Amino acid sequence: MSYSFQFGEILANGDLLLRGLKLTVLLFALAFSGALVCGLFIGLARGSARRLPNLIATAYIELFRNTPVLVQLIWFYYAMPALTGWQPTAFTAAALGLFLNTSAYCAEIWRAGLQSLPAGQWEAGRAIGMSEWQLLRRIVVPQAIARMVPAFTNRGVELAKMTSIASTITVQELMYEAKMLSTQTFLPLETFTVVAVIYFVLIYPGTLAAYALERRLNSKGA
Amino acid sequence: MADATPVLAVEGLRKSFGPNEVLKGIDLKVGAGERIAILGSSGSGKSTFLRCINFMETPSAGRIVLDGAPIGTQGRGGVLAAKSAELRRLRTRVGMIFQQFNLFPHMTVLENVMEGPVTVKGLKREEARAKAQDYLKRVGLAEKADQYPQRLSGGQQQRVAIARALAMEPEILLFDEPTSSLDPELVGEVLDVILGLSQEGRTMLLVTHELGFAYHFATRVLFLHEGRIHEQGTPDEVLKNPGQERTQAFLRRFSAFHF
Repeated sequence: MSYSFQFGEILANGDLLLRGLKLTVLLFALAFSGALVCGLFIGLARGSARRLPNLIATAYIELFRNTPVLVQLIWFYYAMPALTGWQPTAFTAAALGLFLNTSAYCAEIWRAGLQSLPAGQWEAGRAIGMSEWQLLRRIVVPQAIARMVPAFTNRGVELAKMTSIASTITVQELMYEAKMLSTQTFLPLETFTVVAVIYFVLIYPGTLAAYALERRLNSKGA
Repeated sequence: MADATPVLAVEGLRKSFGPNEVLKGIDLKVGAGERIAILGSSGSGKSTFLRCINFMETPSAGRIVLDGAPIGTQGRGGVLAAKSAELRRLRTRVGMIFQQFNLFPHMTVLENVMEGPVTVKGLKREEARAKAQDYLKRVGLAEKADQYPQRLSGGQQQRVAIARALAMEPEILLFDEPTSSLDPELVGEVLDVILGLSQEGRTMLLVTHELGFAYHFATRVLFLHEGRIHEQGTPDEVLKNPGQERTQAFLRRFSAFHF
């Protein structure tokens, strides 16, 4: 038994896939950049000795880590309007869901990163009169970042692939266009093979860049 | 000196960690230019005492008064809450040198010394750089300015930490066992720098185990025992003719191997 692949028709519709790819990249960029920043604040609250911020951050993180992303997206898209009267577009719901979900993971990475720094570094900063914000910006984050790059890279890779779930709430990103194309052409094998290659080509350079960044950060001051 | 307002006054200072009361009421007035060596066995509370002065530890009761102005809002028992802006101001006026140096490893030696003046005091970089180079020269490390701290010996790192504290131009310097984590052959260079500072009339408080150094450095020696000042006086009084039995016992342990 042999199957003869017919990539011609898929490649002829490459513009559809490229259009979807743009949304995929946009979803990723919005959710990841937001989550990196937001994760810091949730991570700080999570590491805080104060009870209330700690409790809220912990609840947030556990809620988003222990439920499926698919459910979260569906919930934002369908339950949000029912509860609040605000109907987000599919794209907004997906971006919001992915952002909030990734923030929860990034918060844990931040917390671990911040706690990995010796207490003496915080003390030395305080002793010359730094504010907490100055301490974070000048002393803590620059040192913690090198240790956190591998974990953030993992998260980024995971998120890039997770954007495909947005197709289930009709966001017309890469996976959505691929499903459409495969039903139109009756060539699912070819379609999804091409899509896999596109995801790989999209994600792998990012991983390589992260390795390079990690090496550069680690070599400083050694 | 007794009539002038003390640069620093500590009144009824207490500090507990959980059920464990480490400081049990300490009173101290420090005049301008005084150099105070604080001795005591481990657990006597001497480091905690020092750390309460710049609020690295928040006192449980009592007051810290700087130039006549108490730090923090005052309750019946003394302090007790201080706003972070006030603490930052306090810490620019009271510098601290740590046992573990705590230099910033991601910055060069020069950047370490410039960091406070630029980030906290808002000095222009050029001005801060010139000043930092001056202070590095003072501690004999001008030629190490562009190195990262990891490449320096412990003694050199501690001298950089002293320059970093000096660059803030504080009125008072606190030394928390500055030579305790150094190899014996590196202790001398750090003590030399501190002695040099004492020629300049700086107000300094120093927690140490180096009795010989305390003798030459200090204008006054405190002996702490179980969270209280057990004995104080001139170096000659406390180190050569201690009145208290505890102090005598403490000193005997250190002199057991004199030869």
